[in-house]
Order: sequence, then C-alpha cells, then structure tokens
Amino acid sequence: MTALTGVTVGQAPPPATPPRPRRRLIAYLLLLPGGLWLALFFVLPMAGLASTSLYDPAGSLETGYQMTWEWRNYVDALREFWPQFARSFWYAGLATVAGLLLGYPLAYMIAFKSGRWRNLLLVLVIAPFFTSFLVRTLAWKTILADNGPVVEALRAVGLLGPDGRLLATSFAVVAGITYNFLPFMVLPLYASLEKIDRGLIEAASDLYASPATAFRRVTLPLSMPGVVAGTLLTFIPAAGDFINAELLGTPRQYMLGNVIDSAFLVRLDYPQAAALSFMLLAAILLLVFGYVRRAGTEELV
Amino acid sequence: MPMSGELRLVSVTKRFGGFTAVDDLTLTVPQGSFFALLGPSGCGKTTTLRMVAGLEEPTAGRIRLGEADITRLRPYRRPVNTVFQSYALFPHLDVFENVAFGLRRRGAPDVAGRVRQTLDLVELSGYERRRPAQLSGGQQQRVALARALINRPKVLLLDEPLGALDLKLRRQMQIELKRIQTEVGITFLHVTHDQEEAMWMAETVAVMNAGRVEQMGPPAEIYEFPATRFVATFLGKSNLLAGRVTGTAGADVTVEVAGGRFALPQPRNRASGESVLLGVRPEKVRMARPTDVVPDGHNRLPGVITDTCYAGVSTEYLIRTGWGQELSVFSSNATADSPLPPGTEIVMHWNPAHSFLLDRPQGAEPEPPEPDEVAASPGSRFEEVR
Repeated sequence: MTALTGVTVGQAPPPATPPRPRRRLIAYLLLLPGGLWLALFFVLPMAGLASTSLYDPAGSLETGYQMTWEWRNYVDALREFWPQFARSFWYAGLATVAGLLLGYPLAYMIAFKSGRWRNLLLVLVIAPFFTSFLVRTLAWKTILADNGPVVEALRAVGLLGPDGRLLATSFAVVAGITYNFLPFMVLPLYASLEKIDRGLIEAASDLYASPATAFRRVTLPLSMPGVVAGTLLTFIPAAGDFINAELLGTPRQYMLGNVIDSAFLVRLDYPQAAALSFMLLAAILLLVFGYVRRAGTEELV
Repeated sequence: MPMSGELRLVSVTKRFGGFTAVDDLTLTVPQGSFFALLGPSGCGKTTTLRMVAGLEEPTAGRIRLGEADITRLRPYRRPVNTVFQSYALFPHLDVFENVAFGLRRRGAPDVAGRVRQTLDLVELSGYERRRPAQLSGGQQQRVALARALINRPKVLLLDEPLGALDLKLRRQMQIELKRIQTEVGITFLHVTHDQEEAMWMAETVAVMNAGRVEQMGPPAEIYEFPATRFVATFLGKSNLLAGRVTGTAGADVTVEVAGGRFALPQPRNRASGESVLLGVRPEKVRMARPTDVVPDGHNRLPGVITDTCYAGVSTEYLIRTGWGQELSVFSSNATADSPLPPGTEIVMHWNPAHSFLLDRPQGAEPEPPEPDEVAASPGSRFEEVR
C-alpha cells in the first residue's frame, strides 16, 4: 500500500482498480467453504453416479464393475420402467395441483383474515414437521384403512362400493404426497400473499373492481411468485418420492423412486439405478426450467 | 337549491372501538370546487375521505352525492375515485394498464384513445410501457392522478397526494393539480396537513381537529379571522395574548392584558365570555423605536428583541414583552435596511382591525401577571408562539 501511495503523490486521483484484486480475493475466500463442501459432497458423488450409470451391467458388487460406456443402460432402463417414470410425474402433478387448491385458500385466509390467530395457524401449518415423515405417512395408513372411519363413511353414503377401498390405490398415494408436501406449498404462498399491500386491493376496489375481479386482476398476479415457489417445492420432491407409494400403495402404484430404491438396495443393479437417477434428475430439471421460464416472463414482476 | 353533483356529509361519525375518529361531521362540497380538508395527523381527515370513497363505513350519519345516498354503497359502485397517499399503483401492470384499469372494469369503449389523452393531460406520453418501479416519485404521482381522473368521477379524492414529493416538485405539482382541476372541472376533495398547500390550492378549506371541523371557508377568510385558538395557531402563526374583556368604547371592545389596554372593532370579536385571547398575526405587527410616532388608533405594546432571523423576503423577530411572553413579528424586507439586532428596545403596534378576539379555552394560556409582579420573576412566563 505504501508503494502505491508513493506513486500517486502529486498525480491525478488514483484509478479505482487497485483495491479490486484484494476484494475479489475476499469474495473467493468466502466462497471457499461452501464450494469445498459442494465439490466434496455433490460434484464428486455426481461424477461417481454418472460413471456408474455407464458401467457394464454384467458386473456385480463381488466381481467389480467395468467402465464400458454402456449408453444402453439408459435405453434399457427407460424401456423397462417407463410406466413408473410416467406415474412419478403424473402423481407429482396431481399432488401439486391438489396442494395448490388446498393451500391457496389456506394461505390466503392466514394472510388476510386470520387476525390475531395468524401465528397459531402458521405454527399449525409447520407442526407436522415435529414428527417424522415416516410416522405421518404410516398414520395415513390407519386413516385410510379398510375398516377405518373414512372408508366406512364413504361406503355408508354410497360414494364407495361395499368392497371399495382407499388404501393401496392411486388416490391414497396422491393424497399422502399432497399431505406431506402441503406445508411447502402453503408457506411460500403465505409469504407472497402477506407481502401484498392492502392499499392495492383498496385501489382496485376504488377503480370499479368487484372483490372477485380484484382478486383475479391484482391479488392472484401479485401472488404468482409464491405460486411458482410453492409448486416447485411440492413438485420436485414429490416426483422423486417413494415412501408414499411404498406405504400407501402397491407395486401397481410404484413410482420411479421405488424402482431406484430397489435397484440400489435390493437388486443391487448399480448401473441401472444410476441411469434412472440421472434421467429423473434431467427430466425434473427440464420441466422446472421450462416452467420457470414461462412463469417468469409472463407473470412475475 | 342543491346542485346535481354536490357532495354532502350529514352528521357523519366514525368510531374505531372506543376512539372517535370523526365526530358528527357535516359539510357540503359544491360541485366542481376544489375543497381542502386541512388538519394535523390523526384529526380524522383521511378517515373522512375513506368514508366518501367507501373504504370505511360511517358509524352514524349519511353521505350524499347529488340526489343519491351513497352511505352504504360498495366502493366499486361509487362514482368516486381516489389518489392514494402511497399512490398504490399496481406493480405488475405497466403505466398504460394502470391507467386503463378503471375503464376496463367498466367495459368502456376506446380505452387506448382515452388513456393516451389522459397521459397527455398529466404529461406522461411515451411512458406507457414502463412499470411503476421504473418511474420517479413525481411520475408515479401523475400516473396515480391519471388512473383516477380517466374515469371522470363525480368527486376526485386526493389523500395527501403530494406528501412524498420534495418541496420543489410539490410546488410544481400543486400548480399542475390546480391547472388540471380547472381543465376537467371535477370536484376535488383534497386532504392535507400542509396549510400552505391547502390555502394555495383550494377555494374552500375546512380545518379539522379531533374529528370535528373547527372552521370552514375561503383561505383568506380563515387566515384573517380564525374562529378558534386551534385554527389561529395551526393555520399560520398567531400571537395570542391572554386577557380579559373590560368593556366597550364606541364600536370597539376593550381588552386588558397584563395591565395594558387594547382595543379592537366589535366585528373582530368572536369571544362570548370575559376571559379572552387577543390575537394578531406576526406580519400585521409593526415595530417602531420608543421615540417614533405610532399611527393614531394603533394598539401599542413595548418589548425587547431577543432574536432576529433573516429569511430573505422577510426578517422574523422574537420580541419579549414586559411580562416575559415572546411574540413573533415578521417584517418585510422591502427596503434594504439592515435588520434590528437583538437587545433593541422597540414598540410593537398594529391596526386594531387586524387583530381578533377569541374565547380563551379553560387552562389554555395562563393570564400574565400585573406588571409589578413581573419584576419579581422576569421571563418566567411565556407561551408557545406559533
């Protein structure tokens, strides 16, 4: 520093560049811990997974795997498991829509109408997290059980045949997923609704908008960031979920998560499991990218 | 005979829980006039405006617009539009869509043409595709005005619309608003706490305090002859001398303040009781040297200058009276005489017709002591001069 000041004495003000490299260094230093963590526990395993997915499927844990650039792993896996693949996105989509339909009114009520009950209601939304995901899903098994009150009530009013059941159906799986990810839908929706200036809704009403029109033209568009965040936070984990299908469904309801689970842990077919994992990842990324681009350019401020 | 579009508030009261924001308010805003509700924050002026807009419902009383009773009408059914204090522009819509919002809701024809015309009026042509966040405060203000005006409301409500602008821009917008009001001829109901703004712009000013209208009339009338102590001090400054009515002398009332006698014409007397406040505006008070001749019939009051503030167009003096009260005197700098320094002994004098007499509210100003008591406690008593 002293050398620098010596040079600039009696000259035009020093250019703004000298402190820059130092500042950049600090930025890199701040990035280092997180970067190392990601490199060690994300990039490296991903590379491992990528290479595993191209191993010779003839190998096994005992005999070891050969790297043979087996692109066929992907084709074979897709051919064999495309129904589960499609089901994953179908269930995740259904659960996201159901979550939005349930979560939006709830978030709206908490944000605009709850008054002094607001904090209690927010705690109630988060309360399920105090018990384990597994326990909560098992509880749904009891709720939807064949001799449970829900099924009995539905049978009584004739909405379900005498042998009709809820457990072990697609409905049970989608309901479970919807329930488990509902807080992830409600919280971002609440956050974006709560931020909306009430003055804007008053202004809409002052400008001849009925309550319904004011909601459609002002509240809903302004809550779109919450809708996008909530749907992503529900859809992404839901597409990779396997617990709900495992506990509330049958193999006929299995999703890609169940297949990957069994390929890794039961059949020990590592190359196939890795290939399926990569395809799921790629499919989710593509869908999310397309969705955010659309929503981002049209609806977001 | 009531005109077709005049706005009338009849005994309107609004309570929030135990707090009375607006208390039995009755006022009439003639069609096409520029009417200002002036008062300090919390005086109920914004609540009054919101009741006219339909955003609050009166606890009691009626609001009529021409022949129609709009007291319980939903806001989106009222032919009334508001320019909000925070502007409340829709952040997700551009300027064009913000301005077009009201027209679209009512399915009006030729939206594009009318938006263009209104943006012309507020001098914002070319900004149609900007978002509110990309505009300056003054531009946002004009969008808010255009968004309300385009609907040709019967009454345009303005809730401190210039409060967020800096002084220079505010002056400019005040002129603009007045021009636009004259051009479109719509009734403007303007809420403000800025007394200069109210006097500058409005034909009629209603001064509000604690949910009631203290005085209503043309700005000059209110300023020159305030009806209450609150009006005298809130609207401009007033020197208020606490005294007693001692009698009448011809057409004059005589008042005694701290042993001194003052007179003023009977029409300038609003007091009904004996304990009174004698008021005179700082710019109405002249100063003379003790040896100078004071014009005939003027009230006289000796004092000592304690502070001299040179303010360009005028010089503002603080003058201490014999009983220790500090009075304010504005002296025009029409000539280039140098201001009098603090410590100068002078005589204040004023035309009795320029002073006014008000009832003294209980416990407001203590009456100054007689002169001989003053010597014992110099400067111990003085009142707030506004």
